[in-house]
Amino acid sequence: MTVYLLRRISQSFLVLIAMSIIVFVGVYAVGDPVEILISPDADQMERERAIQALGLDLPLWEQYAVFVWRALQGDLGRSFVYNEPALQLILQKMPATLELAFGSMFISILIGLPLGMYAGLKPDSAGSKLIMAGSILGFSLPTFWVGLMLIMVFAVQLGWLPSTGRGDTAYFLGLQWSFLTTNGLSHLLMPAVNLALFKISLVIRLTRSGVRETMLMDYVKFARAKGLSPSRVTFVHVFKNILIPVVTVVGLELGSTIAFSVVTESVFAWPGMGKLIIDSINVLDRPVIVAYLLIIVVMFITINLIVDLLYSALDPRVRLEGKA
Amino acid sequence: MSDVTLVSPGAVKEETPFRRFVSEFFASKIAVGGLLVFTIIALLAILAPWITPQNPSDLAQLDIMDGRLEPGAVGGGGMVHWLGTDDQGRDMLSGIIYGLRISLTVGVGSALIACLVGASLGLLAAYAGGKTDSLIMRVVDLQLSFPTILAALMILAFLGKGIMNVVIALVIVEWAYYARTVRGSALVERRREYIEAAQCLALPTSRILFRHLLPNCLPPLIVVGTIQIARAIALEATLSFLGLGVPITEPSLGLLIANGYEYMLSGKYWISFYPGIALLVTIVSINLMGDHLRDVLNPRLKK
Repeated sequence: MTVYLLRRISQSFLVLIAMSIIVFVGVYAVGDPVEILISPDADQMERERAIQALGLDLPLWEQYAVFVWRALQGDLGRSFVYNEPALQLILQKMPATLELAFGSMFISILIGLPLGMYAGLKPDSAGSKLIMAGSILGFSLPTFWVGLMLIMVFAVQLGWLPSTGRGDTAYFLGLQWSFLTTNGLSHLLMPAVNLALFKISLVIRLTRSGVRETMLMDYVKFARAKGLSPSRVTFVHVFKNILIPVVTVVGLELGSTIAFSVVTESVFAWPGMGKLIIDSINVLDRPVIVAYLLIIVVMFITINLIVDLLYSALDPRVRLEGKA
Repeated sequence: MSDVTLVSPGAVKEETPFRRFVSEFFASKIAVGGLLVFTIIALLAILAPWITPQNPSDLAQLDIMDGRLEPGAVGGGGMVHWLGTDDQGRDMLSGIIYGLRISLTVGVGSALIACLVGASLGLLAAYAGGKTDSLIMRVVDLQLSFPTILAALMILAFLGKGIMNVVIALVIVEWAYYARTVRGSALVERRREYIEAAQCLALPTSRILFRHLLPNCLPPLIVVGTIQIARAIALEATLSFLGLGVPITEPSLGLLIANGYEYMLSGKYWISFYPGIALLVTIVSINLMGDHLRDVLNPRLKK
């Protein structure tokens, strides 16, 4: 196990180094920041001073070395636009994104689980067929367009919910959260539902197949034979056992939920990391782009590492695979 | 001569795998419906310059006074705008048909290139084995561990806007799906006798790969390819909506939807609504075909 652990962790480090080079070189290749940042009226002296201050006169590999050295000290550069440390800028926006992601995962389980249970318990009923057809639609619908339609119906036509922004926030653990105020909650609802759409379909399908498989298990037959009420069999014996795989998969989806929040945040002007990165790409704010991509890369490498380690702890075949 | 005429033409036909596949595909009404709708959409896109009432990129045909007309309104030139007009006075119906053209070109084009790249690398990995295999599959694993939207975002952040750049980004994020699929079935096929026979005949490797191995790995590739086309179209639309995809001069459906965003808050829904419906119908029709293809081509589901 220790050998596997060490090998897997060193692999993650290699990936991290490779990705940091790709990100750095890739972003460097985009346009010339000098043209964007320094006003065309500036004279030669001013230009050179600005180039030097931003470190743009050094050769690329040296800029990378400086960048890595600083990154190790937690300094990912200053935003050209906000003139704030890029890392701090992104970390400030992170709670909003996490709040949205967790909100949508909560909603996906809240809606997906009961619907999936129903579809699994009564696979031939008209309701189940409707649910399954709906789940295909959930996979096909373009998220951003559904978001626009939600705004159109619930904010513009009906006027029930606010269209954009985060609303009032309250402090908790030193950070601002929307879900603690009624106003904030009403702002959170639509974006969270929008982001949850895909996941609801996923949970429905997982739950349905889980229920159908579990219903055939011997212990369920035994529970029935014992004379337990159908509702007790369903909600205690079946439900408990399908909960584990469903929650696992939804947990694994955290990374992709955060990734897709880029789209939802742009639609609902939700002030999170996703909106920040889109705005930064549009104005070529290099330090923020680099910092965001690196944070995301680190996040995904960590998630993948944890998942692999968990799997190997649960399934010995995974750790033996590499030795053969 | 006389007994030949007694046999009906249908009975003479030998049942080939392809014919069986076609008849099984057409057995599902939903799949045929999907094919029919997709064919109509594709025809509309191809014939766009001849069937649209207006060429949306021809400024001479536009009148800014016709801007933001409601669906069914009559424009200054006496033209009926069935789906309304956008802020520039462009007929939405014409815009959507032209937009379909761009969305489909980018989606189908990138899926085909990704298929070519991915299938070649997948075949190579399975056939060569050893170091080549583990190198290719490591890259595939890495690629698949990142969500497509993020990878595409990253690439477009480097490359900037443009149709070619979107295609490049889509190919880079999608080839891994094809590679994994082809490798899986090629690993099974390469141990069969016909591959051994081809090797004994000392045929060149490329011939063995593409003439002998590839045709036998096609079924799962077709399924993945169909679903990936739908995903590519959706992803292109999303990227264009975010302002990172196609340029304003070549508006795809995603960009049309983005254009309507600011007018929606004032109740002018049609600028975003109808392009979205077109996008949705396209994606659903492809997904319905893909869903059924998977059932038809999956030997495990055969009764």
